[in-house]
Amino acid sequence: MITVYHYMGVAGILFAMGTYGVLTRRNAIVIFMCIELMLNSVNLTFISLSTHLQNMDGQIFVFFIMAVAAAEAAVGLALMITFYRNRESIDVDDMNMLKW
Amino acid sequence: MYDKLWLIPFFPLLGCIINGLLGKRFIKNEKVIGAIGTGAVFLSFLVSCKYFFQLLGDSVKTHENVVASWITVGNLHIDWGFLLDPLSAIMLLVVCGVGSLIHLYSIGYMHGEEGFYRYFSYLNLFIFAMLMLVLGNNLLVMFVGWEGVGLCSYLLIGYYFEKKSAGDAAKKAFVMNRVGDFGFLLGLFVIFWTLGSNHGVWTLNFVEISENAHLLSGDMMLGLGVTTVATLCFFLGATGKSAQLPLYTWLPDAMEGPTPVSALIHAATMVTAGVYMIGRMNVLFAMSPTTMAVVALVGALTAIFAASIGFAQNDIKRVLAYSTVSQLGFMFVAMGVGAFTAGIFHLMTHAFFKACLFLGSGSVIHAMHHAFHHAHLDDDAQDMRNMGGLRKKMPITWATFGISCLAISGLPFFSGFFSKDEILWWAFASSRGSLLIWGIVVVAACMTAFYMFRCLIMTFHGEQKTNAKAKDHVHESPWTITVPLIVLAGLATVGGLIGIPHAIDIAHLGNKLEAFLAPVFEHSQHLYKIEAHGSASTEISLMVLSVLIACVGICAAYFMYKKNPELPAKFTSKFPKFHRFIFNKWFVDEAYDVLFVNSTKKLGIFCWKGFDVKVVDGIVNGVAKVVGGLSSVLRHTQTGLFHNYALTMVLGTVVMVAIFILN
Amino acid sequence: MEIIFFYLVAFVVVVSGFLVILCKSPINSALGLVNTFFCLAIFYVMLHAPFMAAIQIMVYAGAIMVLILFVIMLLNLGTAARKRYTQGIVWSAIASLMVLVNVVFFLKRGRVTGAEGDVTAFMVESVGHTELIGRTMFTEFILPFEIASILLLVAIVGAVVLAKKEV
Repeated sequence: MITVYHYMGVAGILFAMGTYGVLTRRNAIVIFMCIELMLNSVNLTFISLSTHLQNMDGQIFVFFIMAVAAAEAAVGLALMITFYRNRESIDVDDMNMLKW
Repeated sequence: MYDKLWLIPFFPLLGCIINGLLGKRFIKNEKVIGAIGTGAVFLSFLVSCKYFFQLLGDSVKTHENVVASWITVGNLHIDWGFLLDPLSAIMLLVVCGVGSLIHLYSIGYMHGEEGFYRYFSYLNLFIFAMLMLVLGNNLLVMFVGWEGVGLCSYLLIGYYFEKKSAGDAAKKAFVMNRVGDFGFLLGLFVIFWTLGSNHGVWTLNFVEISENAHLLSGDMMLGLGVTTVATLCFFLGATGKSAQLPLYTWLPDAMEGPTPVSALIHAATMVTAGVYMIGRMNVLFAMSPTTMAVVALVGALTAIFAASIGFAQNDIKRVLAYSTVSQLGFMFVAMGVGAFTAGIFHLMTHAFFKACLFLGSGSVIHAMHHAFHHAHLDDDAQDMRNMGGLRKKMPITWATFGISCLAISGLPFFSGFFSKDEILWWAFASSRGSLLIWGIVVVAACMTAFYMFRCLIMTFHGEQKTNAKAKDHVHESPWTITVPLIVLAGLATVGGLIGIPHAIDIAHLGNKLEAFLAPVFEHSQHLYKIEAHGSASTEISLMVLSVLIACVGICAAYFMYKKNPELPAKFTSKFPKFHRFIFNKWFVDEAYDVLFVNSTKKLGIFCWKGFDVKVVDGIVNGVAKVVGGLSSVLRHTQTGLFHNYALTMVLGTVVMVAIFILN
Repeated sequence: MEIIFFYLVAFVVVVSGFLVILCKSPINSALGLVNTFFCLAIFYVMLHAPFMAAIQIMVYAGAIMVLILFVIMLLNLGTAARKRYTQGIVWSAIASLMVLVNVVFFLKRGRVTGAEGDVTAFMVESVGHTELIGRTMFTEFILPFEIASILLLVAIVGAVVLAKKEV
């Protein structure tokens, strides 16, 4: 029998992996993809709990997360294009102007 | 039908706004500005007259008209309310009547001045504030007016603000008034708090205070009765506004303002606010014999003290200013011995003859100024030593000035005679009066006659001492100036007939004023047994005595300044110290400078250089330096590298979630 | 039977997740991510949420991934030239392990409780998942829905403004 804990365990593993990716990769687009991975793990948590509790609210949340993720993708990628145009790179180590 | 009372202060406010906002750019024309200013006050006067006659025919004598609710907090309910009773009706007529005459006069007097519109705007604002003071049905509305007249006084004394002395005088008036206003506020709080907390009557309304005042009779505060404390505080307010000892020194300096202002604010209306206030609160004052005695004594001392200074002044306006202080002292004596009616009566007659005297002096100054200007001379247009013999050049001014001098000296059948003798009689015979007070006041009355006739003779009689070049350029003033003079002189002559004392009331006209004001004052006078005992024959003999004494003063002045003009100089050289003393006004200003002004200045400089610069600025700069130093170390944590931020954020989140889980 | 299928899909999810975070070429990472999305869609179906599975594939695997791949190719990114710092990897591994430990602790210690609704598997089958979502969305959540639409509009305008060479 598959319980809600199975799904949440998978979601937890995915979330930790996404965190690791965000912390180690330098390519901004890959970091972006890792964030998408984390978002998806959260989506999985929401939907599994929603089914478990027989309540629609969690799925509505997922819907809005998707909308936000889409908006984020559009703006984030546009930012990367702008940055690439100026620096010929999308390495986050080159994005270090904002410091002392 | 008293629901349009608010119209009375409304017109001057409207005039003030129109002249103040549009006068400089849009109206410009002096005649229009003057007409608006004068018209506004005249309209108020008409409305006041209507209500006055309505009140005369009405059996109920107290009417309130609440326009709007102002403050409602807890137990405190304060309205924008107006109160019409015989006392405020009389004051309305005086303020609006004398006010509109002085507005008319100002059109001629201020002709060609730079800030003509500003002057009329301030003057209308003053009338508005004064009417709020007079009409307010509670202490707080009165206080609004009280502060408002102070403000306008400041603005108008400092009207020639480019002159340093005028600015200083304005500041002095304002600061001295603040001292008094502080007392007024304290009194207000004492009344409100004790009535409210001890007896559950949370009110500032005059009618309610008067009705509930008897509740306070047993209450104590600071070892004195509550009423004594409260009324002493109110009296402190009155000494500030009405220029009594020890807060009188601002009034002579206030003569820096234009002369009509001196006539309106510093003689006829604003300075009498203290007297009016005591009249309004007569029930409270009557409850405290201590305060009454203080009021009478301070009034009497002020009367004689200011009169003595008036002996040696050469500036025509200053003589009148000290005379005003002295006459206000008479009014306070009246209030202090329980002769409320007499005090208000003298307030009214004084408004007539003193306004007339000031306007007359203004007419003289106006003429002198033009003459000097014409002859390109720099002489002082206010110094009486430059005048003399103006009687032929300015007959109307001379006649009106002379009539007013007779009135203020208290010669029979002029207005001042009735009001002053009423005061003297009460000081002598009242249950609250005493022989001492009476004696001081009689001497002061004699001195009044002396210095007023000295002033009259030095200005209008004898040889003309004006510089020969300017001599022939002195002319009588235009009609806008002379008409108010004639009207006021007429009032100064016959104004006393409304208050003929019973002792000499041969024609049985009756004391109309006393009967009219009785609803306001009778209650407290009955309740606290304030009355004048004595036979009619005593009263008549006292009258004869005071007339004789006034004649002595007049004759002395005539003898010294007309017959033997060299006598004053001889006198001066014989008693140089005494002359120097009164010429320098008893050195009171200097004493105040040493006692209060300099120490306050030093404290201010210490607060500035010692406390503010070193301590306050030191703390502020020190905080900034500490923060700057710490951040120059801490800012290295801001590497600008994405991974450092992300790692920190994740670790922080992990810790927070861990805490959440473990709990 | 079902549990075996679950474990199979879970295994694929984890493997493709590793692909995303470990591949040197961004293209490979992206393909791994697409695979993850598909597997999650399978999970959604198993959780009686077919509509969510559909939009998971359409929005994520379809729209967002296409956009990412498009940008990768547009910028012509090769494999990462520089090496990763070892110190950074150690710290990052510790941090993500702690995240995982947190999740495990949470699952062990916590119990799933909350307001139980009435949307049973039977009801989803009889009424239809799309209709259920639609009803909730357009009644109870109509205001957030409209706000989300405005958010998307802002994102579109922002993306255009940012990506244009000259405004």
